[in-house]
Amino acid sequence: MSLLNVVDLNTSYGPVNVLAGVSFTVEPGETYALVGESGSGKTTVIRAIAGLAPAQDGSVTFEGQEIRGAPESVMRPLRKDMAMMFQDPVGSLSPRLTIRSLITEPYRIQGMKDRDLDAEAKRLLEMVNLSTHFADRYPYQLSGGQARRVGVARALALEPKLILADEPTAGLDVSVQGELLNLLNDLRERLGLAMVIITHNLSVVRHVADRMGIMYLGRLVEEGSTETIFNDPRHPYTRCLLSANPEPDPDARLERIALKGEPPSLLKRPSGCEFRERCPFAKDICTQTPQWEVDGDHGLRCLAPLS
Amino acid sequence: MTDTLLEIDHLSVDYETGRGDLKALRDITFNVNKGEIVGIVGESGCGKSTLISSILRLTAPNTRFREGEVRFKGQDLLKASERQMRDLRGADISIVFQDPMQTHNPVLTIGQQMLDIQHRSKQSKVDKLTHAAKMLGAVGIPDPEARLKQYPHEFSGGMRQRIAIAMALMSEPDLLIADEPTTALDATLEVQIIERLQELQREFHCAILFISHHLGVIAELCDRVVVMYAGAVVESGDVREIFHNPKHPYTRRLIECDPGHIKERARVLPTIPGEVPDLANLPGGCIFRDRCDQAMTRCATEVPPLDQLKEGHHAACWLNHEEVTS
Repeated sequence: MSLLNVVDLNTSYGPVNVLAGVSFTVEPGETYALVGESGSGKTTVIRAIAGLAPAQDGSVTFEGQEIRGAPESVMRPLRKDMAMMFQDPVGSLSPRLTIRSLITEPYRIQGMKDRDLDAEAKRLLEMVNLSTHFADRYPYQLSGGQARRVGVARALALEPKLILADEPTAGLDVSVQGELLNLLNDLRERLGLAMVIITHNLSVVRHVADRMGIMYLGRLVEEGSTETIFNDPRHPYTRCLLSANPEPDPDARLERIALKGEPPSLLKRPSGCEFRERCPFAKDICTQTPQWEVDGDHGLRCLAPLS
Repeated sequence: MTDTLLEIDHLSVDYETGRGDLKALRDITFNVNKGEIVGIVGESGCGKSTLISSILRLTAPNTRFREGEVRFKGQDLLKASERQMRDLRGADISIVFQDPMQTHNPVLTIGQQMLDIQHRSKQSKVDKLTHAAKMLGAVGIPDPEARLKQYPHEFSGGMRQRIAIAMALMSEPDLLIADEPTTALDATLEVQIIERLQELQREFHCAILFISHHLGVIAELCDRVVVMYAGAVVESGDVREIFHNPKHPYTRRLIECDPGHIKERARVLPTIPGEVPDLANLPGGCIFRDRCDQAMTRCATEVPPLDQLKEGHHAACWLNHEEVTS
């Protein structure tokens, strides 16, 4: 049984159809990356899974239990097993609480009164390689990288089975970014964590994700193992994203595929293939609506796939 | 003799704080030539922002210029009057900031803001609006005349950053300072902005001082690179020299850390362990010593000078100093 099973998830805010049927599964211990431009709905997907954003239609099952639209009384105990790492590391920490209170708050929320909170705080700080002196500090005294690690510590406090991580390395310096990714990789191996990770840094995806899904306008347009997607991208949008990754080499003359303009408004979804107007490879057939087709573990929504 | 536009000459800048003087910039030296794109790379706390605000003289009240000069077309800006600085800013030197969502005034139309920044021009309002529309067109905003009537919130992040670039280039400055202009944008938009900057640079022939921590962007856009660490220049040189033949251990490690560099999936990514030293309480010797895996005894006591290794390639490291002297 999959740990997380998302089927045809739909979210609308009034007339704005943010998610138009997103489906994917995450197995225990697996890392799944969601990739796409701003506004493609990545954050809404994981917020909807965690019950923090509405989802009017579709299904989200966690360990076989349907949780879409579940009331707080159902979600709260589940959050022991499903933790969220928010995008803004400092903004996600209450400025009025010490690091100790922040990372032990999950125990209080879950009513685990038998725990020695000081000992837990120490254990968690050590786990994320922060000195125990940090326990008495406040969020404003932390650097961005340290705040991230506090976010990781808090997400891991209850030893969840699944972490939902929204841009976990955004805003970090490259020398620190590696540290955080190594930490996540290491914890994943030791604790058997599964992760859904959102990022638009494709270089990061290559190193952390087992499988990945590419989102465009609230839909998956391609999905597969990380290797498959990097080595054999079939959707023109995926190809464009991969080619838009500037390489730290002045002589790397990439075969860059220019992506025209910006994503269209969700209020005026294009007819046929929604990527058609920006697609450098669009054909006549693309005025028809592409369906999701699966070949082995490689899913694709394109009528004129690249080979 | 090349055409030097901006010369940063042994610049040292402190911030006076309750804990003593924080030595934010120490002995910074580099040039920007006319029409050249120079990249400044460095991580948080390396002094990039202090450097920009020093060039524009838009510094916090507790800033002290300890030593050195910032010469623009031969004139020392640190000695210029406030009046002279006002005439330079936005006319000869302009800047594009990091966050496109906060650069524009939310309650004025883009057209009004583009009119306002032409306050020096004697042209009629109609001519100014025509010029504004032409600049919006130049940065790839479709239907510019109609767009001038819109407010910032009606544009996407990528468009707002392109508008900021259009505004910065309106007065045809000699120097454009771009402070992490793509950091807040998606990779696809980042590429669009870089390509647009390259095109505009060819069209307007302005020099660009491009600040970024994204090595890929620097490699793609810049002619020369200055690498900063904890308030000092540790290496500078031609972009190919820096990326293919880095001489300072920090530069080398920084390039190694970039996950874009590693094509095969790595279980453990390289990092630079340790933290940037406290600039209010500077350790003696080389500033990178504590994090350097090649540190020697000498590194603990003496600050390495920025040696010229070959024409246009400088590095501040005792390892290379031996090479130079022997």
